[in-house]
Amino acid sequence: MNWEIIIKWLPRLAEGAVLTLELVAFAVIAGLILAIPMGIARASRHWYVRALPYGYIFFFRGTPLLVQLFLVYYGLAQFDAVREGPLWPYLRSPYWCAILTMTLHTAAYIAEILRGAIQAVPPGEIEAARALGMSRAQAMFYIILPRAARIGLPAYSNEVILMLKASSLASTVTLLELTGMARTIIARTYLPVEIFFAAGLFYLAIAFVLVRGFRVLEGWLRVDACQGR
Amino acid sequence: MTLDLYGFGPALAAGTLMTIKLALSALSLGLVLGLLGALAKTSPYKPLQWLGGTYSTLVRGVPELLWVLLIYFGTVQLMRNLADLLGIESLELNAFAAGTIALGLCFGAYATEVFRGAILAIPRGHREAGQALGLSKPRIFWRLILPQMWRIALPGLGNLFMILMKDTALVSVIGLEEIMRRSQIAVTSSKEPFTFFLVAAFIYLGLTILAMIGLYFLEKRSSRGFIRSAG
Repeated sequence: MNWEIIIKWLPRLAEGAVLTLELVAFAVIAGLILAIPMGIARASRHWYVRALPYGYIFFFRGTPLLVQLFLVYYGLAQFDAVREGPLWPYLRSPYWCAILTMTLHTAAYIAEILRGAIQAVPPGEIEAARALGMSRAQAMFYIILPRAARIGLPAYSNEVILMLKASSLASTVTLLELTGMARTIIARTYLPVEIFFAAGLFYLAIAFVLVRGFRVLEGWLRVDACQGR
Repeated sequence: MTLDLYGFGPALAAGTLMTIKLALSALSLGLVLGLLGALAKTSPYKPLQWLGGTYSTLVRGVPELLWVLLIYFGTVQLMRNLADLLGIESLELNAFAAGTIALGLCFGAYATEVFRGAILAIPRGHREAGQALGLSKPRIFWRLILPQMWRIALPGLGNLFMILMKDTALVSVIGLEEIMRRSQIAVTSSKEPFTFFLVAAFIYLGLTILAMIGLYFLEKRSSRGFIRSAG
């Protein structure tokens, strides 16, 4: 193992790690916002409300992220309407394409997590809210969603870690995030083992910090106390 | 609207076959690794526990793509040394083998946890009954624990298999001619990226549905004789 080389390229890898974090942060936050209405619709009692998010979730969970990324980055350019449209400056940049795809992808998973969490809220609590005279919307915002957020938080933290790993696919559309940066450095140094090893350490470190961070968040939100155990 | 594949239909079909082959071979390797990992993690020996824990934590914390790249490009030197040692002209890990190892490694790391949960879910009394009957330790595992483990582990393994099947797309990055790679080739000559990547997406969806159906029957078979809890 050539440690000197690893240390020499560490700053460049750190640069890549910053881009990785940026992509992940963007995707999991935007994905969460997108997933909330979808998760609520998915937990609906009416089949016609459930059907649309179900189709969306089925497509995004049933196909590889790589395919989705290529569909957005390479695929959209096939249509003249897109190329001449107002969004083209964004849709031609690998950065925004990666963020868009990762957001749409993770939204499907988060919506599914949210559905499970909403359905896991004890019915008695919802009935209590309704008995107190809350409207259905009020019960949703003040009782069901805060409760579901705590039930779903551990699963959401898993999803964030999965997205951290999935962000490495952005290197296939020329983005220089952690994996992309590692590949670029390897093209120059011909030392795949050392550089990939260092990149792997970066991922492990980020995952470790994220796991710790979520544990602190769970403490703040008193997730344990809310599980009814 | 008719779908024009510009004569790439057979190529995509061959790619699909390659994807299935890769998924199944990675699955076999991953199941073995997962079982070994779970055995190590549940063994009474500290070093083995540590080994199993390190394996599953380390592999799960690093992206699958990085494993694929690391194993494909990282083993070149290793293989060269091995070839020198064996006195063979050249020894090279091809994309299929590298993909199998990388994906099997990742599957095994997650399967370790699934199997571990399944082992722990089997009542202690069963093991003790085996001991009382004078069965040896390996025999207890093969004849008592393993057959019961499947039923508990199957739903978890099924989920992992579907993830594995989607991860096979990553191996296209090192040039294995599976669905993604074939679609990319088709795109270069047809200039219709959306069409071909959408077709690829639907092939993966089809494979997922097939796996779901297969799993349904496997679960039904493995849980025969058990009453399903109401739910």
